[in-house]
Amino acid sequence: MARENIPKDLINAIGTESSPLENDIEKGAIKRFAEAIEDSNPVYIDESYAKKSNYRNVVAPPTFLRSVNTNPLPENIKSPYSAVVDGGSVWEYFEPVCAGDVITTKTKLQDVFDRDGRLGNMIFIVRVTSYTNQKSKLVATQTTTSITYEPKEN
Amino acid sequence: MNQNLFLEDISTGMAIPTIKKDPTTQQLVKYAGASGDFYQIHYDMEYAKNNGLPGIILHGALKNAFLAQLLTDWIGPLGKLTKLEVQYRGMDLPGVPVYAKGNVNEISANGTISCEIWLEKEDGEKTTVGKAVISLPSKN
Repeated sequence: MARENIPKDLINAIGTESSPLENDIEKGAIKRFAEAIEDSNPVYIDESYAKKSNYRNVVAPPTFLRSVNTNPLPENIKSPYSAVVDGGSVWEYFEPVCAGDVITTKTKLQDVFDRDGRLGNMIFIVRVTSYTNQKSKLVATQTTTSITYEPKEN
Repeated sequence: MNQNLFLEDISTGMAIPTIKKDPTTQQLVKYAGASGDFYQIHYDMEYAKNNGLPGIILHGALKNAFLAQLLTDWIGPLGKLTKLEVQYRGMDLPGVPVYAKGNVNEISANGTISCEIWLEKEDGEKTTVGKAVISLPSKN
């Protein structure tokens, strides 16, 4: 793991956390998300079906938490490269997220490293977001890897 | 979908029933709106090309959603998805169908099940690979 091309400010920011942000989980937002991913599972849209399946209300699809907002990390946490692609996610799920929940998010800069690849030198930025519900229960964590690079002229 | 799957129904090496998804530019716009991810590489062709991409590409998180559906369709309402890991290896373009596939890798003594999952194009290229951990109820 190399850090040759990474500004010192960015390396020093490892471990920094965003301030928490509360999000209301709305039934309509869950439905719109399920429609957008074209997943017609009734647990996402039909309240009585969801309740028969032992949920408190319609439940959010596993990746719905992508749509939940987080406060940004401080300004200095920025790659010197202008373009970014998503490298992947690791989700851990502990409790279901249902309509009516209030989810508090917090994001931490976990790691930064660089590597050469087909997009040239790429800086990888690893962030962990935690999602906690109104009962102070951790419902999920998501670790995301953003790959930043400098676009070449075509 | 919606059928209950039990621990007794599965064995190591078995295939998870494949699902086919047909992403379109319209779906990318819907996903941008629903997820709040308005990065232009997912709907602005010129912007995507200026960023060195072959064209508009699927949101990685949308591919993640396809792989989550592979699992939730299979395990049914009683199963639990406890871990989902995806890595985007290749780019997927709207208009090109993708197949979400998987296999059962390991069934541990405490009933947790590890699976290998991936997205594949018609030519067999795996553009997204990952792993998942699920748990299932027992019939007993």
